[in-house]
Amino acid sequence: MAMNTYDVLVIGAGVVGAAIARELSKYELSVCVMEKDEDVCSGTSKANSGIVHGGFDPAVGSVMAAMNIRGAELIRKLHKTLDFPYKQNGAMVLCFDEADRPALEDLYDRGVRNGVKDMAIISGTEARALEPAISEEVVAALHVPTSGVVCPFGMTIALSENAADNGVEFRFLTTVTGIEKTAAGYEVKTDQGDFSATYVVNAAGVYADTLHNMVCEEPLHIIPRRGEYVLMDKEVGTLVSHTIFQLPSRKGKGVLVTPTVHGNLLVGPNAFDVEDREATDTTSEGLEEIRAQALRSVPAIPFQKMITGFAGLRAVEKSGDFILGETADGFFDAAGIQSPGLTAAPVIGEYIAGLIAKKAAARKKDGFLAVRKGIPEVAKLSPEERAKLIAKRPDYGRIVCRCENISEGEILDAMNRTLGAVSMDGVKRRVRQGMGRCQAGFCTPGTIELIAKTLGISMNEVAKNRPGSEFIMGE
Amino acid sequence: MEYHDIVIIGGGPAGLSAAVAAHDAGVRDILILERDDHLGGILNQCIHNGFGLHTFQEELTGPEYADRYIRQIAERHIPYKLCTIVSDISAEREVLYINSEEGAVRLKAGAVVLAMGCRERPRGALALPGFRPAGVFTAGTAQRLVNIEGYMVGKEVVILGSGDIGLIMARRMTLEGAKVKVVAELMPYSGGLKRNIVQCLEDYGIPLRLRHTVTKIHGKARVEGVTIAEVGDDRKPIPGTEEFYSCDTLLLSCGLLPENELSKQAGVRLDSVTGGPSVDDRLETSVPGVFACGNVLHVHDLVDYVSEEAARAGEQAAAYVQTGERKQTAAAALEGKGGVRYTVPQTLHIADMADRVTVRFRVADVYRDKQLVVYYDGREVRRIKKRILAPGEMEELVLMKSSFADWPDVQTITIALEDQHGDA
Repeated sequence: MAMNTYDVLVIGAGVVGAAIARELSKYELSVCVMEKDEDVCSGTSKANSGIVHGGFDPAVGSVMAAMNIRGAELIRKLHKTLDFPYKQNGAMVLCFDEADRPALEDLYDRGVRNGVKDMAIISGTEARALEPAISEEVVAALHVPTSGVVCPFGMTIALSENAADNGVEFRFLTTVTGIEKTAAGYEVKTDQGDFSATYVVNAAGVYADTLHNMVCEEPLHIIPRRGEYVLMDKEVGTLVSHTIFQLPSRKGKGVLVTPTVHGNLLVGPNAFDVEDREATDTTSEGLEEIRAQALRSVPAIPFQKMITGFAGLRAVEKSGDFILGETADGFFDAAGIQSPGLTAAPVIGEYIAGLIAKKAAARKKDGFLAVRKGIPEVAKLSPEERAKLIAKRPDYGRIVCRCENISEGEILDAMNRTLGAVSMDGVKRRVRQGMGRCQAGFCTPGTIELIAKTLGISMNEVAKNRPGSEFIMGE
Repeated sequence: MEYHDIVIIGGGPAGLSAAVAAHDAGVRDILILERDDHLGGILNQCIHNGFGLHTFQEELTGPEYADRYIRQIAERHIPYKLCTIVSDISAEREVLYINSEEGAVRLKAGAVVLAMGCRERPRGALALPGFRPAGVFTAGTAQRLVNIEGYMVGKEVVILGSGDIGLIMARRMTLEGAKVKVVAELMPYSGGLKRNIVQCLEDYGIPLRLRHTVTKIHGKARVEGVTIAEVGDDRKPIPGTEEFYSCDTLLLSCGLLPENELSKQAGVRLDSVTGGPSVDDRLETSVPGVFACGNVLHVHDLVDYVSEEAARAGEQAAAYVQTGERKQTAAAALEGKGGVRYTVPQTLHIADMADRVTVRFRVADVYRDKQLVVYYDGREVRRIKKRILAPGEMEELVLMKSSFADWPDVQTITIALEDQHGDA
């Protein structure tokens, strides 16, 4: 029993759970993160816009607004210490009709009151001077230079790895089935046995209401709101340089067109409420909808350069705001984390960890490792640096994924480090193998082989992600 | 900087044939750069027969066909590097390659032959809706797993697209004990060779449903089935025609795309229809000294034609190195009309053309009882009866130098498909 006892049990290894765990790892606390999938970053954190929002959108005075601004500031520092891809590319909110100008001005005012710096309302002509590909119909735009793009996988993985390097334990393929209050804290029942913890953190994304309602009297209700996306070839990744929004409506921020931090062009999301919390399927209607909406902003988007489509579920709580804090004695919610949740995650981490540390009267740990080094992106090095690295590690010279230029060495690194990948998707999210234009057509066989060899499993056991998603069905 | 007379990017059928021909034309300093760990390219996974009928007048398997060329490379001691990927080519023909033994090496080429082949159109590019489970493979990826690695990718299979690899894999999976339930094809005709439809589908009782597509992929972890629907003339699914097929695997054979990312780096101008470089009758691209052949130039249906075309590219690259840049003579433009989608080459230098220049093209639809008409600046010069033409079969036409004797200044050569005349 003692083995399964922790000071803090964090449920959910998405970006929020990872950020909380990393903050908790600064303290003298035993911490375990529990995740139902085989890897970190397997739910909402893996399928979103990857935007570090400027902070003009959340309602003035909301928790979201406060956390957005500071979250963006933290990410600007964290991406250096934790070595994950981030770029401040700026954003523009397009206004297509003079009649909507008051709404644009409202957005500007909201941004000012939220504390967003350096914003300006610019004319359609000025907007087109900055972004020649946007529509002739744009009459004005809100320019937000502080907005950025981040790799959501890179950020979640970096936070998790750093937490693990600082002593946090991660348990994968573990689903919570019940939570009971005990004298000492909580008994957490899972399909992998029972665990006890003094404090429990609920960072379970679209399942956060299920967990919350196991413990608290006031129920939460999460509505999974699906957003579909189209990702395009890097060849057209420079069509726009800013993140291009449309004036927000009640249903969300509208469809955006943005370069990703890796240089692809991303279009989406729409907003469609679903019942099924695993309904990350795309629909032809949805793809058509985002296509039609995106063309309004940028008429020349070459949709024939699409390399993949995907969908993510926003964990929308009925109230519309983040639910953060101690909602029952020793039970902490980080629920309803929808946009700008990715941006806010580091602040949510600080906030929840701070509450727990205070309650537990925990001391700061000596020797906390604040810095984490990522896997080298070999193809981005100069030929000279690359040759030097290959001389040391010849496997960095064997290219497996030819579209993204990913070497065997990087794929091995993805598995052989802290919280290493155990699935094809895990490898892909760490080093971008298979993320290019052929979508793993050429490198699937070679990568399956490398995973089998490295993990010491048979080819038949190599899976795309969770068990049941194996590629090979026999010899 | 290291220098070689001819650097060939790709050691598949095109690269090998180009190397042999360049050597036989007298160039000795040739280097082939191949990204895989063997020469022969995709032929190595094509273990079925049907290769070589034109080139060797016998029926060979893919590996046997490749071996014929690999032996010719060995006999001529033409050097090659395996597991070597080219990461950059400049318009000045500087090539940067990467491998684990040498790291990153820059070299200068007298001439470059682009022979990188093509890739398969993946699920994402087809915008197929539904979940993203394991079990969706392009046909070529499945072919590699089955034929080279020796693993079965599924037991109950649906195939979308009737390209040749998909048809070949329908038979292959059946022979390996899988049940291939259906091949769905969006278009009203197959994209593959007629002989493959007969030998790979009809002989095994596998239904081919034309004008059908996959409208949803089911299954969150592994494919559990697909919904297939009929499409209308607009190629959009017709509501109410959806049918569910339970399966664990979906193979995609929906088109091949020439891989021209390196060509673009070198500044080579591409043809928007073929997706490959725009070339003249010497198979030289818009960048002097850079030649292209095989599937990187346009997608072929038979490897024999790849070999023949690549040999020409090799000879021309050799001539370029031996005699220097060709004189910039005026070039006539070739154009397709009335269902002729493209031509390769796209331009022709009449003044110094070879005695015979083969022009290859594909048509846009299935056509019966048509005539292929050749015009020089609008004047009809030839008319050829064609009983049947199909998009899956590449067509060819030979232009004779002698035919230009009276018209040396032709600007446009038109190849048009027209209805039979009354007297035909």
